[in-house]
Amino acid sequence: MPGEASLEQQIVVEFRGGDTAAFEALFRHYQHDVFRWILRIVRDHAIAEDLTIETFFRIHRARERFDASREFAPWARRIATRAALDWIRVHRPEQGMPEDFFAGVPSASAADPVISAEVRHHVAAALALLPPKLRIAAVLALIEERPQREIADALGITVAAVKLRIFRAMRKLRNYLEQQGIRP
Amino acid sequence: MNTSQIARLKTLLQTALPPTHDGLPSRDLWPDLRRRIAAESEPTARFSIPWFDWALAGGVALVAVAFPAAVPLFFYYL
Repeated sequence: MPGEASLEQQIVVEFRGGDTAAFEALFRHYQHDVFRWILRIVRDHAIAEDLTIETFFRIHRARERFDASREFAPWARRIATRAALDWIRVHRPEQGMPEDFFAGVPSASAADPVISAEVRHHVAAALALLPPKLRIAAVLALIEERPQREIADALGITVAAVKLRIFRAMRKLRNYLEQQGIRP
Repeated sequence: MNTSQIARLKTLLQTALPPTHDGLPSRDLWPDLRRRIAAESEPTARFSIPWFDWALAGGVALVAVAFPAAVPLFFYYL
């Protein structure tokens, strides 16, 4: 609706000027979108909550650089993706997997019974060992099945670059799984 | 990689790590965000004068009042 659009435009302008109430209004409106996007990447509620705070903190710090003629949501999502990427870089397992990583892997009864728990653990480990940029592309495209255009916007790259990252991620996953004796 | 390999890999990935369902934060994040912003806006190191500097300045002032003739000597050695 044009009325809503102009109201949001007004809020964004006030937010750029440092108005706390306008910032809170933007936060309340977009926090769930940002949270869900981060959750898709990091796959942990508590971490997604912390990274949502981090994302809006970065948004607040960069408010003067925001172009008010553009939409707020894609800008917020890009900052959220960068925050998640930074987190993955810091917490990337270099040697083996932490035990709690496998907490998100479903049990045999919850998952496809044909695929064993051991295979699922190897697949989860292979994904976690991918370089962060490839891991994000693979998670969003192959697991969450997000459109490539959306992933490209969030990562600030072209669709062709997204396709390339997905392809490289799949090749690395296949190689890792083959080393473990699993043929995808 | 052919199409069937890609499909198989996708199935493996989705079985190992199922897609996340829409979730919501378990708490109100706004108070934490406000605290974070407030913490950053506080100056990291406030300008402060240590107590012994005040004591030294007080001592010099006392000497200047008690012995005014010492003031030129003080400036000479300053």
